Amino acid sequence: MNFQLTEERQMLQDGLRRFLADAVTPEALKADEADGIAPELWSGLSEMGVAGALFTEEQGGFGGRGFDLMTVFEELGRAAAPAPMIEMLLAGGLIAELGNEAQQALIEQAVEGGVQLAFAHGEPASRYDIDRIETRAERSGEGWSLTGRKSVVVNGAQADHVVVSARTSGAPGEREGISLFLMPKGSAGVEIRDYPLSHGGHAAEMVFDGAVLPSDALLGEEGQAHDAIETAQARATAALCADALGAMETARALTGDYLKTRKQFGQPIGKFQALQHRAADMLIEIEQARSAVINLCGHLEAERDTREIHVSATKHLVGKAARLVAEEAIQMHGGIGMTEEYDLGRFARRLSMLDQRFGDATWHLGRFVRLRAA
Amino acid sequence: MDLNFTEEQKAFRAEVRGFLEEKLPQRLSDKVRLGQRLTKEDYEEWHAILNEKGWLAGNWPKEHGGAGWNAVERHIFEEETTAASAPRIVPFGLAMLGPVLQKFGSKEQQQYWLPRILDGSDWWCQGYSEPGAGSDLASVKTTAERDGDHYVVNGQKTWTTLGQYANMIFCLVRTSKEGKPQEGISFLLIDMDDPGITVRPIVLIDGEPEVNEVFFDNVRVPAENLVGEENKGWTYAKYLLTHERTNIAGVGFANAGLANLKRIAKLEQSGGRPLIEDPLFAAKIAEVEIALMAMATTNLRVVSAAAAGQAPGAESSMLKVKGTVIRQEINALTKQAVGPWAMPFVSEALEAGSNEGPVGPDYAMAATPHYLNNRKLSIYGGSNEVQKTIIAKAILEL
Repeated sequence: MNFQLTEERQMLQDGLRRFLADAVTPEALKADEADGIAPELWSGLSEMGVAGALFTEEQGGFGGRGFDLMTVFEELGRAAAPAPMIEMLLAGGLIAELGNEAQQALIEQAVEGGVQLAFAHGEPASRYDIDRIETRAERSGEGWSLTGRKSVVVNGAQADHVVVSARTSGAPGEREGISLFLMPKGSAGVEIRDYPLSHGGHAAEMVFDGAVLPSDALLGEEGQAHDAIETAQARATAALCADALGAMETARALTGDYLKTRKQFGQPIGKFQALQHRAADMLIEIEQARSAVINLCGHLEAERDTREIHVSATKHLVGKAARLVAEEAIQMHGGIGMTEEYDLGRFARRLSMLDQRFGDATWHLGRFVRLRAA
Repeated sequence: MDLNFTEEQKAFRAEVRGFLEEKLPQRLSDKVRLGQRLTKEDYEEWHAILNEKGWLAGNWPKEHGGAGWNAVERHIFEEETTAASAPRIVPFGLAMLGPVLQKFGSKEQQQYWLPRILDGSDWWCQGYSEPGAGSDLASVKTTAERDGDHYVVNGQKTWTTLGQYANMIFCLVRTSKEGKPQEGISFLLIDMDDPGITVRPIVLIDGEPEVNEVFFDNVRVPAENLVGEENKGWTYAKYLLTHERTNIAGVGFANAGLANLKRIAKLEQSGGRPLIEDPLFAAKIAEVEIALMAMATTNLRVVSAAAAGQAPGAESSMLKVKGTVIRQEINALTKQAVGPWAMPFVSEALEAGSNEGPVGPDYAMAATPHYLNNRKLSIYGGSNEVQKTIIAKAILEL
């Protein structure tokens, strides 16, 4: 048993924390809101080679294990950094696992050159189901023709390359028949609507109306992408939960400071036992969340059923904790916690959006029951 | 015990419903239903329609131009207007200042200010909270010093809701530093156009500049704008707060929110079936509905007692706590129900008639802004912590 970070991860954590403390500036947040990208922040992360921690050495990185993800994403969440690193992990993970040599070269460019990625998978009616894909890809001459709509594709308009899922056979709800394609930015036949998200970053609606991709755009084996998507999403869920953990830590720290300094009725409000107990509850739930994230990160390389039980257990628990911490942090601040000007707001918004991606707390509770019964 | 409304009350409900069908503009109810922004003109339009019917000030006695409804009638009106997605009645002049003037204002003040509230000549805002006086309202520091026929006001108010629309503000100001903090407070009416007043908007976490800071720099206010007696403002402030807390339960808003949530849960698909058929999510909706059914009856118990002439006391604190928790849960479930559609934030789409439409279904676009914005419910009007302390002291005698 050892719950200490390795020396390398400790260094990564320290470096990243120091860098983000300076790099997440009002200007960076403003740029991100306007364009979905904070260029200096992103190039700074590239220079540090942070994305390398998401991939194994043979994939072109220096990490790739669950606790590497936890280290990186907890820090990004602690600073509520506007950087599409989850997308790098999702799309990059698929490219690294399924890509041929030419496609895998993208990973090196992403790690060293700041190339941006996105994964266009969700659709208007798919909600949280990986297999409910309606977009179709058909062979067309030498290549592929795609028809359908992808929804809330985070970083979709900004990404240099987008991994797109589409059915080459089968019906929505079937595991078989889902294929992946690697599409460079600016491909013809794709209509993109770019828009900001509630918690920072941008996403896009992507409408494919007979978009044509070359034959070598196919990523992995035709019709066999389901399990790879599930694996990539398990890793992204771990990352997202670690991000929430970091954001919860900051929300708690801000709340603790406020309880000590804000005076009403002649004393710091932190002297009121009613608030002390609630602050203690926040801490207890955050520690529960930390353990849940450790559980998931420690089982990302386990066999599928074990891994997925941890995915649902962790997403459920962290989802509930994130809601509690965000709402209690605002409540204990009072009016000031409701304002855009005060720093807590963007952490609360980030936490409030955790439930909207990869399945909410209730959805994962149901999934956990089914996985345990299987 | 009889849980039924009387025949007269049922007839009144039918009358309100008929009026809303005829007079509530579809343009306004569409906006409310979709959670789009209401402009100052929207509110004024709705106020004028109600005023023409004599229904704008349901809580005012007839002698002052009100409808003279008792608590049950007001409750019925509230239920029907929220169910029909009517705009809310802006409370500052009608629900807050009006009753204070009627009880403590001079004849001249009543004759001048009350009609102006009804016909929309004045848009009032509330100058209560200050940066250092939130839950601890009695510690207000904004001063008003007498100088001949005027008071000279200096200081700062905050969380002034819709202050950007207002031309008048009623303020708690300190006129004496003697004795207990509550004893040196006065209630003053101030023209927002007076020299020395600066309004600065505060953007909230849903992106809306709904509240403001108001700064007073040597603002000269005619002494005749003092309500009641100098240094007795705390009494009036408390009286106003009890009115602020009528309908604090927000049963109408909760019912409308619940109906909207159920509608969304029928339309959204999860696992290839309507979300409402997911037993776990359906159970979450059921839990909040069951709580709301009971809370609605608690509300009617209080309403009924009030109609019989009993002043609501600490009971309104119970209703505030329970009512806000229920409404916030409905907001959270609505955000959950719309799934990934809660993530896009297209501010322009919240503007009716904008070229920029919502990203997903129109019912989804306001879910996150409403969830975030309604975190205020448990903070304003005396935070839920303050309400619980009132319950502990006044009812439990702890």
